[in-house]
Amino acid sequence: MMLGENIRLALSGLRANKMRALLTMLGIIIGIASVIAIMTVGNSLTAELNNEFASMGASNIDVMVTRKLNEEDISDSGMIYSSTSSNKEPKDSDFITEEMLEAYIEAYDDKVYALAASENVGQTQVKDGNLYANVAIRGVNLGRLYADKKEPLAGRVFSEKELAGAAKVCMVSDKFVNNMFNGDMEAALGSTVYVELGNKNYLFNIIGVYEYEQMTYYFETVAEKDIQTELYIPLKTAKNINHKSNYEEFTVIGEQGIDVNAFVTETQDFFNKYYENSKDFEIWAYSMNSYMEEINSMMGTTTLAISVIAGIALLVGGIGVMNIMLVSITERTREIGTRKALGAPNSSIRIQFIVESIVICLIGGIIGMILGILMGYGGIKLIKSTVFAVSVKSVLLSIGFSMAIGVFFGYYPANKAAKLDPIEALRYE
Amino acid sequence: MEDNRKQIINMRGIIKRFYIGTPNELTVLKGIDLDVYEGEFVAVVGASGSGKSTLMNIIGSLDRPTEGEYILDGIDITKAKDAELSGIRNRKIGFVFQTYNLIAKTNAIKNIEVPMLYAGIGMKERNRRAKALLEMVGMEDRMHHLPEELSGGQKQRVAIARAMANDPAIILADEPTGALDSSTGRMVMDIFHKLHKEQGKTIILITHSPELAEECGRIVTIKDGEIIGVREGRGGVAV
Repeated sequence: MMLGENIRLALSGLRANKMRALLTMLGIIIGIASVIAIMTVGNSLTAELNNEFASMGASNIDVMVTRKLNEEDISDSGMIYSSTSSNKEPKDSDFITEEMLEAYIEAYDDKVYALAASENVGQTQVKDGNLYANVAIRGVNLGRLYADKKEPLAGRVFSEKELAGAAKVCMVSDKFVNNMFNGDMEAALGSTVYVELGNKNYLFNIIGVYEYEQMTYYFETVAEKDIQTELYIPLKTAKNINHKSNYEEFTVIGEQGIDVNAFVTETQDFFNKYYENSKDFEIWAYSMNSYMEEINSMMGTTTLAISVIAGIALLVGGIGVMNIMLVSITERTREIGTRKALGAPNSSIRIQFIVESIVICLIGGIIGMILGILMGYGGIKLIKSTVFAVSVKSVLLSIGFSMAIGVFFGYYPANKAAKLDPIEALRYE
Repeated sequence: MEDNRKQIINMRGIIKRFYIGTPNELTVLKGIDLDVYEGEFVAVVGASGSGKSTLMNIIGSLDRPTEGEYILDGIDITKAKDAELSGIRNRKIGFVFQTYNLIAKTNAIKNIEVPMLYAGIGMKERNRRAKALLEMVGMEDRMHHLPEELSGGQKQRVAIARAMANDPAIILADEPTGALDSSTGRMVMDIFHKLHKEQGKTIILITHSPELAEECGRIVTIKDGEIIGVREGRGGVAV
């Protein structure tokens, strides 16, 4: 018997018994809806985190000097504790030198796009009469500005000459301009900022204005006016203020398309050559990329675990389908007998009821899928995620799974129907 | 004189036992010999419990005899496998039941199409033939009615049309008027006579009504699993 005819038969059967059909499907609907909803929320969260990481520079490699973990620092239980003997604060001479960086760039010219470094000087309030602005003073190189995507809204970035000569110039945020210059950027450019740090005073010439960007997860508790923004000065200027010449840490901005994870290891190994003889310090390099992979796999595992639980709902739904199929077959014993008398082979009867079971599950699956996507969308709105990513995989999986449930839980009742003795079936009251 | 006509049913020594090998073993048919020729209208009569239903099941290939030989339209039923039996029922037998057994929630025309569906006939041809059959039983205006919307007589007419769907070798009617009042029953019987006379259909009518049996060409009486009498009826043989 043809498949189309079977499907039509199943659909007309469902139409004749709408309430029962809906109740039968309910288990499947709930199961599929929860799987899809969970996977959609999980997927969207993962996608959003990935976007976030990408904007933070997932492929950037942070390199820093850390304390060496000597063998005596690791206890038998594997716990790491600080032993007072080696708990030394690193001196400037323990840090990465300009020469090391030059050697590194030379060695990995094809993989390094830029090096980003910064030096924090301190936080203060810039005042001018009633006007004030909170700033954090930070020395940066061009690589840092590039990595942080600080493009000048007005003016320019530091010149090579200013960077090399430790010029007393600065870049301020648009918020700073709002506070100090009433938003007039042209007026700000060329003006001098008077900064009091500790007991020393510094003067910086404003050469550029950058756009302040609020951190996504930064919870604003202070008034707009009091927001602290960064005041960028050339890296060398900052190092001079701090009496430093070397680098405690920096960021490598890799060329596009490089294998970041491998390059992290290469970079770490490269610098550690310089620290072979250091008793207390070594180089640690890491990239967001590896964190991202970890988080992705964690999200994946969590989603899978919850999906398994939702899968149990599907199983229960499947048992419900089997139950109702058995009832339906008992009710239709005479029909089965008649069909057999009219020449239906066992296989046709079996297929007829399996198709009916598949149709129930498939319709349930499709309703569940739509509900699940809606629920997922609601869930995403609820956690205020901006990304809505329906998992195509989960949709295909659910549809396939509901069909499989139809076959699996439909087979036993269908087989029972197929094996009915036509004489007994025709005599059934 | 009947020997030169085509033999549709050839039964020799049909024995049917139930609960074989147990103390309450039951022999329902005790050696039936029955020949039915093409174009005959045969009535099988007997009281309930006489074994006529069992005989009908065997004639209809729903069941196999425990012993004996049964050739239906040239096919040895005793040697056929289950899967073959369903094919034989589909093509060779047209069942008409006392309780109609139309498939619920399926309209008249779709009901008639069921045997053709199992015979693998395409949709268009099925539809065309089902319509013709409905016209033959005078039900063309009830084509799309569901069984529950039809009267008993109408249902039985649809059932007869369904029995004719694959142009079977015999129509096997089991008490076809048993659930109908006499005037509707008359109408149903007239359809059988029409099929017999006009199309030369071979019909076996199982009944306990002596009046209806008298209308047939030959009357076979069964009692306690044995044929106790065969005689001519008024119906005669098809032209």
